[in-house]
Order: sequence, then C-alpha cells, then structure tokens
Amino acid sequence: MPNARCSMLERAPSQDTRQDGSVPRPVAFRGAGFMPGGGRASGWIALVLVIAFWQLAGSAGWVNPLFLPAPSAIAVAIYKLAVSGALWQHVSASVVRIGSGWLIGTVAGVIVGFAIGLSTLARGVGITFISALFPIPKIALLPLLILWLGIGEEPKIATIALGVFFSTAISVYSGVDAVPRNLIRMAQSFNVPFHAIVIRVIWPGALPSILAGFRITASVALLLVVSAEMIGAQFGIGAFVLQAGNLMQTDQLLAGVVILSLFGLAVGKAINVLEMRLLHWR
Amino acid sequence: MDLIADHISHRFGGLDVLDDVSFTVASGEVVAIVGPSGCGKSTLLSILGGLLRPSEGRAELRGAPPDNSFNPLTFVFQDFALLPWCTVEANVKFPLVHTALDAAARQAVVDDALRRTGLSDFRSAYPKQLSGGMRQRVGIARALAVRPALLLMDEPLSALDSQTRELLMEDFVRLLADGAMGAVYVTHNLEEAVRLADRVVVLSRRPGRVREVVSIPMTRTERGGIDARGKLLTLQNQLWSLIREEAIDAEREVQHA
Repeated sequence: MPNARCSMLERAPSQDTRQDGSVPRPVAFRGAGFMPGGGRASGWIALVLVIAFWQLAGSAGWVNPLFLPAPSAIAVAIYKLAVSGALWQHVSASVVRIGSGWLIGTVAGVIVGFAIGLSTLARGVGITFISALFPIPKIALLPLLILWLGIGEEPKIATIALGVFFSTAISVYSGVDAVPRNLIRMAQSFNVPFHAIVIRVIWPGALPSILAGFRITASVALLLVVSAEMIGAQFGIGAFVLQAGNLMQTDQLLAGVVILSLFGLAVGKAINVLEMRLLHWR
Repeated sequence: MDLIADHISHRFGGLDVLDDVSFTVASGEVVAIVGPSGCGKSTLLSILGGLLRPSEGRAELRGAPPDNSFNPLTFVFQDFALLPWCTVEANVKFPLVHTALDAAARQAVVDDALRRTGLSDFRSAYPKQLSGGMRQRVGIARALAVRPALLLMDEPLSALDSQTRELLMEDFVRLLADGAMGAVYVTHNLEEAVRLADRVVVLSRRPGRVREVVSIPMTRTERGGIDARGKLLTLQNQLWSLIREEAIDAEREVQHA
C-alpha cells in the first residue's frame, strides 16, 4: 500500500505502454503569428537610417536645400534660434496659449461631460448641442472670436478651449457611461452617498477614457494653436513657421516643425506617465 | 429582523418577469431561491434589496436591525463587483468610509473581516492579481465588514470553478453557522441550495411565481457529514423533478429568442 490515505485509488500508468510498432510523430505547431511583440529597437534603427539617408542626400547635393535642407542644417537652425533667444520667445508664447486654452477647455469639458453622464436633462440638452457644434472646424470660428474678443490672446485661447472642450466632454461622458453599472449598484447597495459614488466609483472608472481624451485634446490644441498663430500672431511657433516659409528659410521652417514634433512627443510622454501612475491597476 | 416579499410582481416593458411573489425570510434564516433560467430570481433579489422598484407589491422589513449593523441588507454579487483600482483592504473599507466610525475603529473592523475570510496576507493586492475564489472572498469580507443582518447573495459561486465553489461553500457554512446572520441565496445550483438553505423557494418559469417552498430537515452542520450526502441528494433530486420540465421549456425559449 503506497499511501494509506489514497488506498481506494488505484494507480494507473501515465503513458500508453502498448507496443504496436508505429513510430510517434510530433504534432505540427499551428499557433504562430498574430502576436506582434513590443520591441522598439527596430523603430529607432529605422529612424536613424532615414535621418542618415536624408543627411546623405543633402550633403551629396541630391536634393536642393531650399526645398529640403539636411538634418544638420535644421539642427544648426535650432541651435541658432536657441542662442539668440528667439526660440524661447516663440515656444513660450505657444505654450501659454496651449496651456490656458487646454486648461479652460478641459475643466469645462469635464464638468459638462459629467453632467451629461449623470443627469437626464443635461444629457438631452448637452448631446444635442454637442452633436450640432462638434463637427464645426473650430479654426473657422477664429474670425468671429476676434470680433467678439478683440485681436489679443483671447480669441486664440478661446479657439483652443473650444476645440478641447468638445472632445473632452465627449470622452468624459463616454467614460462615465462605460463605468460598469454593477459597481454603481454595489455602492448604492451599501448606501454610499451620491457624491461619494461620483468621486470614488465614477471618476476613477471614467479615468481611462478621460486620459485617452487628453491624448486627443493635446493634439487638437497643438493643431489649433499653430493654425491660430498662422492667422494672426507676431510670436508663437505657428507664426514663426509661416514667417520662415514666406522668407523661403526652409531650415528655419523645418526647425519649427521639429520643435512642434518634439512638443507633441513630450506631451504624449507626459500622458503616458500620468496613465502609468493613475491607471496602474489595469 | 425579518424580510418579507409582499405580493411582488415585476415587468420589464411588456415582459412579465415576476408574478405575485410572497414569502418571508425570518431573522437568521437562510432561504434559497431556485428556478429555471430567466424566472426572475436575480430581479427578485434586487427588489428585496431595494435596488429595483417592483411594478407591484413591495419588500418589507419587520423588526429592528441589529444595533451595530451599518447595512442590514447587504449584497454579495455574482461578478464580485470589486473596485479594480482599490486594493483588497480598500475594497473592504469602501462601504465604511461614509459611516460614523473613526479611522482606528474602521481599521479594526476591516482587519477582522479580512481575518475571517483568510485575506489578511492579501490586503495590499489588487483584484486583478487574485483568483476568482479570492475575489469573491473579498466580496464576502466587504459584506461582513458592514455587519449585515441579512446577506443577499446573487449566484455568488456561479462564476467560479467547481473546486473553488466547494471551498467557498464550506466558508459560507461556517459564516452562517451561528445564526447571527440570515441570507437570501439565489442560485441555479440545487446542490448549493440544499447544502446551505433552511428553506428553498422554488419559482416557476417566467413570469416567476412561488411554486413550492421546501424545508431542508437538517442543520447545516449535519449536512457536512458523509451520512447526510444521500439524504441531500434525494432532496436535490426532488427539487430537480419540480424544476426539470420548466427548465427544458425555459431553455428552448431562450434558444428561440
């Protein structure tokens, strides 16, 4: 008796011991593909190769530098802009506009989005207005906003705020709608008060959608600030790019584009960090 | 504190789900509600727990709840309903945050609930890190933390594998052993019903009506013994014979829907 506790159980061999002469063959593997890996090395290598080829094309004189200056020329242009102080003047003007417009649009969007997500009346009214106004390209409102608010910073900030507001409101109420109903019912079943349910269940539950909305609104804000600055501004990256284009200073123009790209990347990274901190539970 | 279903009927749109359901759950009693799929078991539980307003009739309480209870009628959910962004400890603490308990007393209550459910070592884990059985233990710990008079359990084991179900069933037997807490236990699993309940309310297929109320003539402790297995199986078969024909009809109805 090998084990007194298992005396009722009879042991059986784990493998078939029959010998009929046939040779076993492996089962063919069919599960390959459809699982792209997360490695980024190939992306960096491709980027370096493209820049190297671009540089080679510029240095060898394959392309006219007036149409496409070499990366080194763009780097020099950025360096000169930084040293002269013009870079900070333009960047700071754009950052202030984006920052204030984004903040105003986001705060208003979050409030309206929550109202739509939580109240029948606000949903009826809000969704009707948002559906009607969201498709309007906000930059088309800039002339009207200049009429209303004057030619200073206000119309540019208001344009950005409007663009950010609609996307934020939509992502917030979609997020509120996506909060699992069972969690709200659970909280209600414990008599948790309405405000506590909003703060402790609905807000964290909607946060993934809200942060995804931030990613969209950051690019909307960047697009609108450049457009608004191209229409009417002395300083700002958009104004700088337009001015460089008018003067055929392609290296400066592309320097502005690179700065915009870096700004977009930085904002994306910041949102990544925010997501990692706030949504680590996913 | 008794819970009374008083002539409860409910319809969703044009669909009659419950029809004139009446029964009483006495203080400390465990009542299982069984019936074919779609007979309105979970709807009935939501009405009893005040989460759904019935079309007709009402749910009533008779007698005062225990003095120290923060939430006399407390749900245990089928899908656990844990806050995924909160740790085990924060989930258990969640229903206590708006109570008058001070921080130290609240922590003591949470520690006690975690200890009773064997979760003390997992207090810092997040729900996604836990198995289904452990998640439901968190759901049970959260329910215990508010010192309920009556647990309203909506198929609490149906999302779990059979081995985990067996282990949690033993936990339920232990938690309900002293009769301090009653339960309404909605299940489609007749084995769970005869293992846990003092009485089993059998509902007919939709619209659910009380078809039969069956008493289980054994204490819950007796039911754990090997001798009781045969008797419980007989009871289970009797319940199945009450439901079988309607379960077949209900299944066909669902497939045709």
